[in-house]
Amino acid sequence: MRYLTARKRAEGLGAAGTGTEHHWYMKLSGVGLALIIPVFLVAFGRALGGSRAEVLDAFSHPAMAILTGLVIFFGLRHFAAGAQTMIEDYAHGSTRRALIIFVTILSYGLIATGLFALAKIAL
Amino acid sequence: MAETTEVERPLSPHLQIYRPQMTSISSILTRITGNALVVAAFLIVWWLLAAATSDSYFATADAVMTSWFGDLVMTLSLWAVWYHYLAGLRHLYFDAGKGLEIETAERLGWVCVIGSVVLTVITLLLV
Repeated sequence: MRYLTARKRAEGLGAAGTGTEHHWYMKLSGVGLALIIPVFLVAFGRALGGSRAEVLDAFSHPAMAILTGLVIFFGLRHFAAGAQTMIEDYAHGSTRRALIIFVTILSYGLIATGLFALAKIAL
Repeated sequence: MAETTEVERPLSPHLQIYRPQMTSISSILTRITGNALVVAAFLIVWWLLAAATSDSYFATADAVMTSWFGDLVMTLSLWAVWYHYLAGLRHLYFDAGKGLEIETAERLGWVCVIGSVVLTVITLLLV
């Protein structure tokens, strides 16, 4: 138990210890995604439903591979950070920590798998 | 030790009997759509991995993605992306300290709901 006043605890980087970093990351990744998501939706929608050869051809194009890589990375990091906010609203204690670890692992696992698949297709 | 006495305090209305409002519904939809999109992300990454791996693996993943169920998930996810997109832009506007009057906030909520449906239809026409 540290003898801190409520004010002292909130000073500097605050109770979370990271200040406005989380909020700023959501804005930053959100704006970045807003720039590329519309293009990705149409490009992905057109690739979906094709034969395997057509799909490989579509995703091996440099622009498509880079776009998809960015969407996978920032989309899933934006998801993990947003899901963490939800978890912090509804869960507490060990459940909270376990769920945050779970979404973090899930997001990095999907990012690594997606980027591996893209590399294999495009290179 | 002092006796703890029960004090009659006013209770805030329970969620289930609270009148749904545009501001609250449009807010919770942002959270629901954002988090639900992980399902689409999971399916897309799986489908890409299958495409990168082999013909038979791709046939399996593609059968799921292009089935009626896959179409349903992808179409709902498309709407979810557009809703979350517009609601996110609204958040940036709110963060700038603008549009916070109740009437404006409610109107922006309708813009998100109607706009997301319109953008979903436009995207479906483009692909």
